[in-house]
Amino acid sequence: MAQLQSIAAPEQYNYDIVRKFTIMALFWGILGMSAGLYAALELAFPAFNLDIAQITFGRLRPVHTTLVIFGFGGCALFATSYYVVQRTCQARLWGSALANFTFWGWQAVLALGALSYMWGYSQGREYAEFPWPIDILIAVVWVAYLLIYVQTLRRRSQPHIYVANWFYLGFILATALLHIFNNLAVPVGMSSMASYSAFAGVQDAMTQWWYGHNAVGFFLTAAFLGMMYYFVPKQAGRPVYSYRLSIIHFWALVFLYMWAGAHHLHWTALPDWTSTLAATFSIMLLLPSWGGMINGIMTLSGAWEKLRTDPIMLFLITALSFYGMATFEGPLMSLKSVNALSHYTDWTIGHVHSGALGWVAMITFGSMYHLVPRLYDTKIHSIRLIYVHFWLASIGIVLYITSMWVAGIGQGLLLRGFDDYGNLAYSFIETVTFLHQPYVWRALGGAFFLSGVLVMAYNTWRTIANGKREAAEVEARLSAKLARAWYRRVTWSNQE
Amino acid sequence: MKLKHESIEVNAGLLLVLTLVVISIGGLVEIVPLFFINDTVEEVKTADGHDAVRPYTPLEIRGRDIYVREGCYLCHSQMIRPFRDEMLRYGHYSLAAESQYDHPFQWGSKRTGPDLARVGGKYSNEWHVQHLMAPRSVVPESIMPNYPWLMKTALPYADIADRMRALNAVGVPYSETDQEYQANVKRFGVKVAEKLNILDAESNLLKQAEQGDYDGDRRRLTEMDALVAYLQVLGTMVDFKQYQEGHFAEFR
Repeated sequence: MAQLQSIAAPEQYNYDIVRKFTIMALFWGILGMSAGLYAALELAFPAFNLDIAQITFGRLRPVHTTLVIFGFGGCALFATSYYVVQRTCQARLWGSALANFTFWGWQAVLALGALSYMWGYSQGREYAEFPWPIDILIAVVWVAYLLIYVQTLRRRSQPHIYVANWFYLGFILATALLHIFNNLAVPVGMSSMASYSAFAGVQDAMTQWWYGHNAVGFFLTAAFLGMMYYFVPKQAGRPVYSYRLSIIHFWALVFLYMWAGAHHLHWTALPDWTSTLAATFSIMLLLPSWGGMINGIMTLSGAWEKLRTDPIMLFLITALSFYGMATFEGPLMSLKSVNALSHYTDWTIGHVHSGALGWVAMITFGSMYHLVPRLYDTKIHSIRLIYVHFWLASIGIVLYITSMWVAGIGQGLLLRGFDDYGNLAYSFIETVTFLHQPYVWRALGGAFFLSGVLVMAYNTWRTIANGKREAAEVEARLSAKLARAWYRRVTWSNQE
Repeated sequence: MKLKHESIEVNAGLLLVLTLVVISIGGLVEIVPLFFINDTVEEVKTADGHDAVRPYTPLEIRGRDIYVREGCYLCHSQMIRPFRDEMLRYGHYSLAAESQYDHPFQWGSKRTGPDLARVGGKYSNEWHVQHLMAPRSVVPESIMPNYPWLMKTALPYADIADRMRALNAVGVPYSETDQEYQANVKRFGVKVAEKLNILDAESNLLKQAEQGDYDGDRRRLTEMDALVAYLQVLGTMVDFKQYQEGHFAEFR
């Protein structure tokens, strides 16, 4: 046995941590999307609330957003960033015990967070509902993450830091900054889960949407651009289209995003100067966003035929297309006149999902189909199932966003409808009745999307099983060979 | 020395520092001034010169906690915008002053249900109780969940003084010392100042529940009492009849 161990060389890279985060990304993805589907059903048919406090819409919705953003998205980012930083720096990940701590710490954050909302502990800030003790755990995990990342960068055997790492680093830094300032609060007591935010009213709203919008900007955009900058060129087998463009759009993106948050507060009690400034920057943001999209899509130029032959490429390019679409819709909705209609309606929900499903999830699926076979040193179980997943996901997204356009624009128009005498044409409840049908279609879209993920989970599971079996076979053959060699040597020396 | 982007690309420390600088600017420019520009939160005085907007009473604090716990903000906004349809539907647009003691703010981002910024006094306590217990018994088309447990659960209030102290620490003028109390008398008048006294928190909470009889059952103090007390105070503090039309527009 001792001989065997010495032959099995230690892995050049720390893939163990990447494998763990990849599997958990799928796990939380399925759980979080199921919560989302259930919440969608509750809106279409309120009987689904079942009079159970823990699963009423108001408590389940944060479970959904937390598990998909921080569970699915977060674990996918941990996995791919740990993979990409090792591959592009050609160095092993720094601090394997600390990396394990980030894994277990992050899983604890997700599990405890979801349970605490269901049992009635929430800070009441969108996408930052975690009670204060979990916030502290997040901060600790995040500092460890930053340390691992920077130390691994410093170990690189390449002089240059590859562009994907700039985006990942920007995401890690920005998330730390946003998380810490947005969650400043005074706990009611050391044994109490309750706390009160350090800020109130206008200032609190501004801080929260500075956080909320940049959770989108950095957690769900910059970081996934990092993912894009590694996996698209890799899968296409071509270099990034324009290095200069990546430099310009990186700095423009990280600078401009931070100004845009107040467009969530148009026409509110927030001073006009702030929201006007935010709208201005939101419009400018179109340029770096499309810079990233163009750079990604054009990487495929000269290899367009891959779209016909490679379903992984299909995922990646569709993701970039949705990214371009969502980042066009965003500046449009940040215009005050459009926002007057779209704000408070399902148009916002649809917009978020064309980004979250179309861009974030699709680029993740594509990257994971590239990644999983490499992590387990095997081939993907079924190419056909990747196609099945792609179409289920695409149909789901289209159903989702079109039903939300109908719901949002429809409700917005009904609410501002006047009759010939200048009275309101519709009562509020009439707009709720109108929402029923789009809500049913939305739930159906969600079901399509979730079933695609289940197909992916099956395909991944089979791939991993294949990889493990092949590894076991190799090992068995190797040990048989060793045993023969050892036997020969023993018999040989006996003869002497 | 010629500056080249390459010098950033080969230096992890420089990349980190520059990124941090670049991402900090937006927040600094947009958030920090809000704490220092006086007009950000307008002054709203009553006829006798007191502050019109007061911090929540102990019972209202607990009601607000339940509002946050149940995630009401995910379907109901508390921010009326200055549009004709919203003024007709909900009333005068919301002032910054009206949420100046809201830790956290509950302006919301989605109206699956109507805005609640001025719901206080619009409906009776009985209506609210019936509506929270079974919304479809009052509004048949409603898609709001039932909240039957609010009526069953006794309101925990043992930590109300601690809650007020925490709120005090973040700037809400609840009083603990005599000096603080006197300041509140000057600012809000005696009747309000008494309700903001941390030392009387429990007795004030019980008194308000007893007098208000929010859930229609005086024998028991339930979560329903607290939530309805909170809903009934929303948007009632500023008397807009006192001000000329357009008075508040200059602060926007």
